[in-house]
Formats: sequence, structure tokens, C-alpha cells
Amino acid sequence: MTYVAIKGGAQAIEGSKLAYEYLRSRQGVNSLPLDTSTIENQLRLLHSRVISEGGVYHPKLASLAIKQAQGDTLESAFALRAYRSTMPRLAETEALDTSRMRITRRISSAFKDIPGGQMLGATTDYHLRLMRMELLDESAEAFMAISRSWFEGLDVAQIPDSFPKVLDGLRQQGLLAETPQQPQQDQPFDITREPLIFPVPRSAALATMTRSEQGSLLALAYSNMRGYGDVHPTVAELRVGFVPVMLPHPISGKPMEIGEVEITECEVVAMYESDELGGKPSFTLGYGACFGHNEVKAISMAILDRSLQKGMQGTPSNPSEDPEFVLLHIDGIDSMGFCTHYKMPHYVTFQSDMDRLRATQNKHAAEDQKS
Amino acid sequence: MNEEHFGFLDEYAKKEVRRATLKAVAIPGYQVPYSSREMPMGRGFGTGGLQLTLALIGRGETLKVIDQGSDDSVNAVNLRSFIEMTCPGIHTTIRTEQADLIQSRHRIPEKPLREDQLLVLQVPYPDALVVVEASEDRRKLLHGEADYSRLLVKLYEDIVKFSEITISHRYPTRINGHYVIDPSPIPRWDVPKLHHSPALILLGAGREKKIYAVPPYTQAEPLAFEDVPFRVEDFSDEQGQRRSCVRCGCNSSFLDEYVDSATGEQVYRCSDSDWCNQQLEQQQGVDQAVEVANG
Repeated sequence: MTYVAIKGGAQAIEGSKLAYEYLRSRQGVNSLPLDTSTIENQLRLLHSRVISEGGVYHPKLASLAIKQAQGDTLESAFALRAYRSTMPRLAETEALDTSRMRITRRISSAFKDIPGGQMLGATTDYHLRLMRMELLDESAEAFMAISRSWFEGLDVAQIPDSFPKVLDGLRQQGLLAETPQQPQQDQPFDITREPLIFPVPRSAALATMTRSEQGSLLALAYSNMRGYGDVHPTVAELRVGFVPVMLPHPISGKPMEIGEVEITECEVVAMYESDELGGKPSFTLGYGACFGHNEVKAISMAILDRSLQKGMQGTPSNPSEDPEFVLLHIDGIDSMGFCTHYKMPHYVTFQSDMDRLRATQNKHAAEDQKS
Repeated sequence: MNEEHFGFLDEYAKKEVRRATLKAVAIPGYQVPYSSREMPMGRGFGTGGLQLTLALIGRGETLKVIDQGSDDSVNAVNLRSFIEMTCPGIHTTIRTEQADLIQSRHRIPEKPLREDQLLVLQVPYPDALVVVEASEDRRKLLHGEADYSRLLVKLYEDIVKFSEITISHRYPTRINGHYVIDPSPIPRWDVPKLHHSPALILLGAGREKKIYAVPPYTQAEPLAFEDVPFRVEDFSDEQGQRRSCVRCGCNSSFLDEYVDSATGEQVYRCSDSDWCNQQLEQQQGVDQAVEVANG
């Protein structure tokens, strides 16, 4: 009987695990295993993506996740998330102050001259995407020489730690709505402890987007850029760097720095809207931020933040403005899991489907005979 | 990180699941939202059921895990070994009557459950209204007002178009006279087992982050019309004879259909593997008894 193979699963699962493990290690005939710090450093953007989608800032375990998942971003982020489920939440950090970011890159496409200047940093934006054949057979010496000579002749003391935010300038000119003087009284929505029940506050939308799957977020933001929406954003500032994380001291209660996280932050400015209460018209803002170095993700998020704010005010006129549509379909762990589950047996439900089809066909045949 | 906590989840997470469960039992059929942690298996593989099981099972208790009626299908094996690994001190069984807690996907065991047993069903789509209303926000209103008119219209349209209600599984079922639930993808065959079930039935949707319940001895009525009653799957052959399991001969269980690869013939077997085994054992017992009597 061909159909019975599914029962007898234990042995099959064991065998499949061994086969997966073999494929991970088959290079072992002449090579060493991938070490996790290589992943963190030489595949840093893959690493960034996984740490961001995993939603837990643990660089070492993110590397391990990539190693064991053999490079699959969804699976890697998944392992990180599952790890996080085993951890209690012990404390809440204060809101990160990104003006204190130790910057590795920051640009603005709104202004040519920004306070502190445009700092391109490490980006492929202006690379020619040509195959660098010399890397095919790169010597260890050449590889090591690059990092050894990198700081030569650099006056490290001259490099500023942080830069002023571009948006502050816009605010001073009255082009942007003022930030509320009082910090918001509401605690930010914690998506790891509360389910989304619509309508959700903006903080819930931002949290959902920040750990969303990059491709899903990009696709929805792109639909808005192409015409299913009208954000027409300008990147006021995009910055990448390390932000200090503060926690209250357990005894004195004073905030103290417990470490730093690498993040990418993007602020977009969109065409103005007039204030409903008849106030002064001003530009509107979209905000995106995520762990690691993920510029496409931060920009996509900022655009969707803008479109969702618009949708929350009125009736969404396209998918990227609809909070339910956007927020319930961008989580990589949820969507890949459900997609994968279709590979499981569905014998019972299919049996039930066949029963309905046959009954319907019989009725159909009987009615055909009657007429 | 290899030293895992009992039940994998941290205690706060388990507490949340238990609180949501209590609320679900108190409001039969109401979908209680909860945060739903990521589990190390795929969303869609039973993470909602798994979180219920992990939050509810204790040392010394006995667990049964089935998928499509079988204890030995890959997903059941996977879930069972994960629960065993993370909950040291529990026992597992394949016997329905020995289990304190049964986690199941797509089936309710054939053997009637008892008051001291707990059934956890894995749920992909928790909301029966999703077929007629895409927005969860609007669905919540409809549930609150017990407004299921659009579902009834869908059933009516089916009858107009096909002279038959075409919903095969996940059959919308009204609990305690108010909330209509999606009873998970159990076949229609299993729906009547929800009605006045002595065992507590908990339904967990991990990806959709909902827990709901059919408490013991609670009304569960599949939606239907006075003149078009609810019908379970029909297993009669062309002559109108009830088909029986080719392995144990049972003619009162839900059957899986197979094609015998040798003969090309269509054959049927019990979907509930434990039921099938027990039928077989009973017959062998009877055969042996007959042999002893004859001998």
C-alpha cells in the first residue's frame, strides 16, 4: 500500500535529521567547520538580518542559528525566537536615545549639507556589481593585510562619536510638527507579551515591523512606492551604528549603560497634511528602526509606518495602509511555519473533502437524470 | 542553555496560558487572545496546542499525542518527543483510556473520553467567521452580537448552488447557544463528540494567538437548517452497505481511504490507529477464547 508510509514516523525523522546533518558537514573531507565568529564578521549582513528577525539581540546565538540552519534566514531567525521563548523578561530598558548613536554610517537624501556631514560608511550603494574574481582565490595574507592597515594614518581622536539628528533642523524651521514635550504616558505595546487586537497603537505596529521578515516588509512597502499608495517619501536621515542600552542600577536606581546594540534607523518625511483642527500644515514623518545593519528594512518600515498612520486615521485605501493586512502578514516565523505545514499529512480533511465532492457529484448526476 | 526549564516555556508564559485557559472555560467558545510564544517547531505544526500542553501537564501525568488519528505519524512523533524531552517525569501512552491529556491534530479519538481527561486540539484557523469576513476587528463585533447571519447565508448559498452544504471539515459549531467556533479541522464525523463531552476540550491556535474551549457537558450544535440537517461523512459503498476497516473489520469508525498498490483496489482503514489496534486485540482475545472453548 503506497499511502501508508506516513505511519512509522519515528525512524523516518531520525534518518532525515542525519541526512540534514550530513549535508552540513559533507565538506569535512577536506575542510574545517564554519566557526560562529566567521559568520558574525564575514557574513555580517546575513547575521544582521537574522538578529533583527529573531528579535533578540544575541550575536553569538544568531551566528549559531545560521550555522545550524545552514544559512536559511527564516529557519535561523526561528531558532532565535524559540530560544527567546525560554527566557523570562526580567526588566525593561529605557527608550534608546539614538542621538547618542556611535555612528558607522549616516546619510540624508533631503539635504546636501547636513550638520556633521554625509558619512557614507560601508555601503554597496555606489558599487559596481561586478564579479570580484580575485576573491575566488583570496590568499590569507591579502585578507589579513586589509584589516591590519585599516587604521594607519587615521587620527582616531578626530572622529566624532555622534552626530546631530537631521530632523531637529527641520523642526527648528517649523516644517515638522513639534515632538510632544511630555513623553507619552502610555507604555509601549509589547508584542512579545500581548497579542495584536485591532485597532492597535502605533508602538505595536512598529514593534511588529521591526522583527518582521525583510522581504515581506519590502514587498508591501514597494507596493506603496509603485502606486498602491501615495507616501512619496524622502529619506531625511538614515543612520547605522551602536546605541547604548540603559537599565536602572539594581540598588541606586540610576540609569547605567549595560552594553550597546547595533541598529539601523531611518526617518522619512512625507508630503504634508493639514492639521485636522485647522493648525499649521507640516510634513509628516515615518519611522523605521531595526537591529543590525539592514537599510532596506529600516526604509521599508519607515514608509509603512507612514502609510499605516494614514490608514489608521481614515479608511485604508490600499493594502499597505491597512494595519491588519500589513501587520498580520509580515512575520517570517508565522508565515513560513504555516507555509511549511502544508507538507504535513492532511488525510483526514482530504477524506472529508472527497466525501463532500462525491455527495455533490451524486446530487448533480441525480439532477441531470431528472432533467 | 541546554538545561531547559520544565515545559520549555518560562513560568510567566505558562501562567499566561493558564489564565487565558481559565477565561476560555468561563466563556465557552469565546476566543481568548494571548501572546503565544515562538516554539521550536513551525507555526502551523501545532504550536498552539503545544503551549497548552506544556502549560498544563505536570510530572506523573500521562500524555497521548496524535496527528490524523495516528500516534506514529511524523508530526505526532515530533511533538511527543519534544514534550517528553522538556517535561521530565511525564509518561506517554498510545492508549486513549490511559491518557490524562491528549493533544491531537484533526481528530477526536473514537473511544469516548472521560471527565478526568483533557483533550487539546491544534487549531490553524480559530475563527469560523473568517470565510465571510476577512477583518478580525469586524469579526469580533459579529461574535459579540452573536451575528452569524452571513455564515448561515453561506450555508444557504451552498444548498442553492450544490443542493448540499459543502463545508467538509472545520464545521462551524455553536457553543452554549452563543459563540460559533471553528472546531479545528476535525472531520464532521467528530463534531457530535463535542456536544456534552464529559472531557474538557481546549483549542489552541499558536500563530493566530487564541485559546478557546468547549467546557464539559456544554452544548455544541453544528450550524444547520431545520429541513437540511447536519450530516457526518458517509462511508457506505455503492450498495449502501457501511464500509469497514480492512484491518480490524470495524464498521463504525472514521475511515481513511487507500489504494492498494498491488491490486489497484480501494480499501479503507480506521483513521484512529489506537482504536484499530484495540478492535483487533479484542477480536484476537475473542478468537483465543473461542479456541479455548472449542479446544
